Amino acid sequence: MDRAIKLQLSTSEMNYFPDEVIEHIFDFIPSHRDRNSISLVSKSWHKIERYSRHQVFIGNCYAISPERLIRRFPCLRSLTLKGKPHFADFNLVPHEWGGFLHPWIDALSKARVGLEELRLKRMVVSDESLELLSRSFVGFKSLVLVSCDGFTTDGLASIAANCRHLRELDLQENEIDDHRGQWLNCFPDSSTTLVSLNFACLKGETNLSALERLVARSPNLKSLKVNRAVPLDALTRLMSCAPQLVDLGVGCYENEAEPESFEKLMAAIKKCTLLRSLSGFSEVAPVCLTAFYPICENLTSLNLSYAAEIQGNHLIEFVQFCKRLQLLWILDSIGDKGLEIVASSCKELQELRVFPSDPHDEEDNNTAVTEIGLVAISAGCPKLHSILYFCKQMTNAALITVAKNCPNFIRFRLCILEPNKPDHITSQSLDEGFGAIVQACKGLRRLSVSGLLTDKVFLYIGMYAEQLEMLSIAFAGDTDKGMLYVLNGCKKLRKLEIRDSPFGNAALLADVGKYETMRSLWMSSCEVTLGGCKRLARNAPWLNVEIINENENGRMERNEEDEREKVDRLYLYRTVVGTRKDAPPCVTIL
Amino acid sequence: MENVGVCDEFVNLKATELRLGLPGTEDGGEEERQKVSCCKSNKRAFPETEKDIESTGKTKPASPPKAQIVGWPPVRSYRKNNIQTKKNESEGQGMYVKVSMDGAPYLRKIDLTVYKQYPELMKSLENMFKFSVGEYCERERYKGSEFVPTYEDKDGDWMLVGDVPWEMFVSSCKRLRIMKGSEAKGLGCGV
Repeated sequence: MDRAIKLQLSTSEMNYFPDEVIEHIFDFIPSHRDRNSISLVSKSWHKIERYSRHQVFIGNCYAISPERLIRRFPCLRSLTLKGKPHFADFNLVPHEWGGFLHPWIDALSKARVGLEELRLKRMVVSDESLELLSRSFVGFKSLVLVSCDGFTTDGLASIAANCRHLRELDLQENEIDDHRGQWLNCFPDSSTTLVSLNFACLKGETNLSALERLVARSPNLKSLKVNRAVPLDALTRLMSCAPQLVDLGVGCYENEAEPESFEKLMAAIKKCTLLRSLSGFSEVAPVCLTAFYPICENLTSLNLSYAAEIQGNHLIEFVQFCKRLQLLWILDSIGDKGLEIVASSCKELQELRVFPSDPHDEEDNNTAVTEIGLVAISAGCPKLHSILYFCKQMTNAALITVAKNCPNFIRFRLCILEPNKPDHITSQSLDEGFGAIVQACKGLRRLSVSGLLTDKVFLYIGMYAEQLEMLSIAFAGDTDKGMLYVLNGCKKLRKLEIRDSPFGNAALLADVGKYETMRSLWMSSCEVTLGGCKRLARNAPWLNVEIINENENGRMERNEEDEREKVDRLYLYRTVVGTRKDAPPCVTIL
Repeated sequence: MENVGVCDEFVNLKATELRLGLPGTEDGGEEERQKVSCCKSNKRAFPETEKDIESTGKTKPASPPKAQIVGWPPVRSYRKNNIQTKKNESEGQGMYVKVSMDGAPYLRKIDLTVYKQYPELMKSLENMFKFSVGEYCERERYKGSEFVPTYEDKDGDWMLVGDVPWEMFVSSCKRLRIMKGSEAKGLGCGV
């Protein structure tokens, strides 16, 4: 921002420079927010900025249309698109809600945009789109798909076959229909440009010889994440021909690894001196984790959150030697004891995620983590700034201690597994604990709250969370005041998602203009009514107000005229292109 | 932090009462809404939604079984599904089985649920162990091949792969063994 202001001050002088020079100066400002500011300075700057913008981030694919995007930024090379709202991750959004990639590829293709990179999150992608993509953009280099669905390995085959300069194919947690075809074979023999390949989420068999040949002819390959169909001996061969790997995702290990194969694997691993990041392990016998001991001191990133078969003590044995770890994703089977050991070993830790190994508490086990583990981490890891923590219980005292220990949190997401659970020692609400967090962490940008919470926690959030951009609320609050505190107080709020909380029309309608400053609002199982939503839609034509109905088949099957009916799911977002045309029957746009 | 005047408004007993859902809603309405929401998504349903509503046996006041809440805890479906599979495995439902081949120095493990019928399974085994087993036919079984795929069923008996209907095979197969040579002839060739 500072740079933009300085540039603004010297605009009058700068205007004597030819456009190309100004453009060159703009090249030093990659942040899209700063770019947006620059484009507001003057008409000429707006124009120059437009033509020199190569990277665009669109947080909500329905906020703008592909045509308008292309008109404004014709020299686009890299596009990030996000589709479904966040709660779609938890099955709260119908499968056919929207977020289709095709119109974007279609428009980009027709306009002959020189697209090189595409990053998608929660979009519906079809094989046709992937095929069109692969044929339309000669210089296409990078495809990253996160939590997408709608396509099969046939689509991947098109990408492999047609994108001659492909550097990156990164598939993270997508639902892909695996036709168990030969998509890996579709990379032509001349293809040697791969830098990153991640197909860990594919469920079917993998053509191992095609994979090995591909890796062998890709000298620039730095990141390789294979799926569970790649067994130990194949992994050994892969690592042997790619000792330059920096990032490795491991597939499947048989339980009965012969000593000889194990030795060979260890030898291959020892040669990978550049390896810094490890993930996968979804079907691994504990002994196989030990194969990585030789390089564990080099690791900066470790994701064992899918390693459900590795017990706590094995996890601890491994992690305690990873002294340089900056990122750790792990299951709660590591336990409080394990987290205490992490706290004393991993002093460089910046991001920690602890996932529940037993999300529905079926096994009633006692090895899950509690407030003890959280406090230990906060005390031991001074660089910690991001945390996602699923636990069974929490106390205000612990949260207050955590806040004192770690005032640098940027992301703080706490999920107590049982909704409405109070401080397990005092039986009070957790308002004070979360209040301490928002008061101490002045840079907090993302917050998820849980446990028993009254309106008071939202008063604290509104008062102190000045940098907060995203807030997730579930089973919390008492009255509309709670939501109002947040809407009035958090000036930088962009995304607000609320479920099962008693906020209604009064809160929703109090400040309609606020929603223009935000990307979106989600409210499900709250107290807002159809009448309230209709009123909102009337007063805010710049918003799309979507009601997602319970019955997928019809429009509101309940009495449509009854405006007192509570709305099951509300999703509203600002947009410059009005009502979308691709909504399914279960979605009503007011 | 304490602002007594403001706090008094919010301290009310209802807020501390342990219950799920919105204060003021009745349990009946909540359950009904949840039951309907459980059917919405056409992603893979959680196994829990197919179970009968049963008491967890724990004494939690006014709290429906946890499994009833859609989308809670907030763990991505992809992640939940991957962990679920592990649980099923460890409960020995017979989906992952070890495969050995006479003369091969290593064991393999496969997931039977990934296959829909015998030909797919056989092709996969052939790929895995680099052998050929030929066509199966009722009369002559695996004639012409020195390899014979067999499996151990729940009763501990060694059976020929292909003899029983696929579903029965998947539910009863404990492990696979690809026999070779003379031992194979006894089982494999049609008698």
